[in-house]
Amino acid sequence: MAHVELRKVVKRFGSVEVVHGIDLDIRDNEFLVLVGPSGCGKSTVLRMIAGLEPISGGEVFIGDRMVNHVSPKDRNVAMVFQNYALYPHMTVRYNMGFSLKMSGKSRDEIAAKVDEVAGILELGPYLDRKPSELSGGQRQRVAMGRAMVRKPDVFLFDEPLSNLDAQLRTQMRLELRKMHMRLMTTTIYVTHDQIEAMTLADRIVILKDGLIQQVGTPIEVFEKPANVFVARFIGNPPMNILKGTFKVIDGRRCVAAGKSVFPVPAGGDSLGDGDPVLIGIRPDAIKMGDRIEKLPKEWLCRGEVVVSEILGGHSHLEIVVDGENELLAEVEGRVVAHPGEIVPIGFEFDRMVLFDPETKEAIR
Amino acid sequence: MTMTRTSVFGTILLYSTLGLLAVLFLMPAYMAVVTALKLPADISLPSAWELPPVFNWSSFADAAAMLRPNFVNSVILTITATIGSTVLGSLNGYVFSKWKFKGSEVVFTLFLFGMFIPYQVILIPLFQTLRAMNLYGGLPGLILAHIVYGLPITSLIFRNFYSQIPTALIESGRLDGAGFFSIYLRIVFPLSIPGFVVTSLWQFTQIWNEFLWGICLTRHADNPITVGLAQLAGGQAVSWNLPMAGSIMAAVPVLCIYIFLGRYFIRGLLAGSVKE
Repeated sequence: MAHVELRKVVKRFGSVEVVHGIDLDIRDNEFLVLVGPSGCGKSTVLRMIAGLEPISGGEVFIGDRMVNHVSPKDRNVAMVFQNYALYPHMTVRYNMGFSLKMSGKSRDEIAAKVDEVAGILELGPYLDRKPSELSGGQRQRVAMGRAMVRKPDVFLFDEPLSNLDAQLRTQMRLELRKMHMRLMTTTIYVTHDQIEAMTLADRIVILKDGLIQQVGTPIEVFEKPANVFVARFIGNPPMNILKGTFKVIDGRRCVAAGKSVFPVPAGGDSLGDGDPVLIGIRPDAIKMGDRIEKLPKEWLCRGEVVVSEILGGHSHLEIVVDGENELLAEVEGRVVAHPGEIVPIGFEFDRMVLFDPETKEAIR
Repeated sequence: MTMTRTSVFGTILLYSTLGLLAVLFLMPAYMAVVTALKLPADISLPSAWELPPVFNWSSFADAAAMLRPNFVNSVILTITATIGSTVLGSLNGYVFSKWKFKGSEVVFTLFLFGMFIPYQVILIPLFQTLRAMNLYGGLPGLILAHIVYGLPITSLIFRNFYSQIPTALIESGRLDGAGFFSIYLRIVFPLSIPGFVVTSLWQFTQIWNEFLWGICLTRHADNPITVGLAQLAGGQAVSWNLPMAGSIMAAVPVLCIYIFLGRYFIRGLLAGSVKE
């Protein structure tokens, strides 16, 4: 059990700097997910915490110990790799017991520990098989088991589910979450999949080009994205971003996008009449059909349905409002709307986010 | 129909060409066998291609008796030098592929240069070095020379072999608490048996067949079999049956190794050439 702290951590490969001074506090027992597009530096950060990549600048603490110059084996961290990195010539039993053997534990102790973890992960019947004789999901479980037997201070996961098919990934995601609730060990998890990030994390760190964009709980980063990048990266389908202008109409603070005008619920005190803004609206904040009845009538507008996709429980609709603003709406149920149909639509304005068109940062 | 006829004709042409070439290729071997089985008196240029009138099996026993010390020398030399250069090459390859350091690519390139230096070029400096080290004349000096000279190729083969082992395995080993040598012994070595087969086959053949250093760097008593063979053929009146029988016997170890381990050799050379 340990908290992990990164202070101004920098990583350079030769003359290229890929991580630009990251500050991050990972609490004891927390499940923290590092998410970002490929090349954002998330794996590099994880590898610096593991000790597999030297730190070019700044400090990394595990517990109260500065570990910049501590070798990986002495950091008491366990890592699950994307391709599992199971030792192909060893049976599952030896794979799982290897770290204990290296730390000089007795044969009986290793056997007991391996059996215990194999029991939790339901790997008992496979202990004498080689990795090549296992399915993808079983290999994944062995990789987790190998990390678990050591009782590490920190678990590190480097895109562990990306080699699995969609169904298995969903199942393993749940198992990972249950495992964390059971073991309560600080976990740092790297992924490029925002759904994994949303479902697994206590807190999410969104990285882009070696810089932290935002740190927050899944709901925080979803509802209050710090900038346009986070707004578009988190959530699927991504947030709609419209160009608009801030206006004061009859003493009410509004934003106008084309012919439509929306009230600004709170924040944005720094804005003046006529200032350009970007308006962020989550697809699920757009309401249609009987859902709009609860919304104030004066703010409804009309949109033309361009495409509608029925996904079963909900539907995705592409709508053009006022003939110029394209919006993607995610609506509950099977809203039957045919392309070309003009329908009334409403918005949950309190979930609207405004961004500065220059800096792309959220206006609070 | 025409197609079939052409393809039959093509097949005949192909196989007769191949057969002809095979005969051509095997002629020296045939010559060696028939000459070895002749009595010295029956050997003459005009009758060189004829089968022996009487089979003289004693050539083999006589040649074996004369070559025994050289054979023993060669066995010692080849086995120790092969093991030495293969094990060291494997460690080098492990470092060059998995523990890269600043400048390791440069060092590796310099290593590769060693492959392109002919034996003859370094003969005199090698002779002087071994003399200075007090190793000239005996087997240990020759063994050392072969180990060092084998390193470029063995390091290259192992480096390429090890670059197929995912680096994550090494990293996983590091996190599991294994160090440089325990990762090598417990993870890398067990995965590199095919690499060892290929490399040691190559080194075995090279060292067993080597002649120039053998004759220049060892005294008579420590001469390897290639030198012994040359001496059998080097007298005033040569009994050609003896060097021929000796050559056949000298070729046996290498032949056997290829027959029993050849499939590993092909597999090893092709490993990683196609995506599996």
